[in-house]
Amino acid sequence: MIAVQPEPFDAAALLADFSGRAAGAGAIASFTGLVRSENDGAAVSELELDHHPRLTEGAIAGIEAAALSRFGLTDILIVHRHGALAPGEAIVFVAAAAPHRRAAFDAVDYVMDRLKTEVPFWKREQRGDGAHWLEARDSDKEARARWG
Amino acid sequence: MKILFFGRLRDGAPAGPVPPGIRDSDALRAWLGRDRPELLDASVRIAVNDEMVLGKRALVEGDEVAFLPPMSGG
Repeated sequence: MIAVQPEPFDAAALLADFSGRAAGAGAIASFTGLVRSENDGAAVSELELDHHPRLTEGAIAGIEAAALSRFGLTDILIVHRHGALAPGEAIVFVAAAAPHRRAAFDAVDYVMDRLKTEVPFWKREQRGDGAHWLEARDSDKEARARWG
Repeated sequence: MKILFFGRLRDGAPAGPVPPGIRDSDALRAWLGRDRPELLDASVRIAVNDEMVLGKRALVEGDEVAFLPPMSGG
């Protein structure tokens, strides 16, 4: 299941719900990404995520389907915020359920690497010296390349 | 025709009414690029009706054309 939403979410509650649904799986791994309070040495007061509603959901749905089949998952959940976020807020949550731990760990890692490089999101940070649009990091592209 | 800008491209001027002679994505990009040269950059990609376009694509009345700068990722 996927969700792209402006509303804040409670990662602990999402994981509890997911774990309830995944009863019978041997392993669940999850990841929560938070908005950083500083970037490149500058304090960040707000992060805004622009997105293209249909293209963004389509891209995430493609990643969801690929992860399910590649790692033999029994369930997956991907939740991503858009809009204005404050430092410390959760921006992304990924959980994967699988028969064994390695598949669950790898699936979460894989989904995050693809979210960071392929999904139409545009981030703008508000810093002390004004607004800055961000571009994908080379380290994220290298991480994505590991999966072929 | 509906024209949408995303990311840093939202900071520029919105597009005015498209002249009737504009019938494909290359022509649209060139026409918009006269006032906004950043749209001519090869890193700016185009989606028509929620589909990424590679190369030139014919446009008709009612199409939604999105100009997408390089993404930052999620």
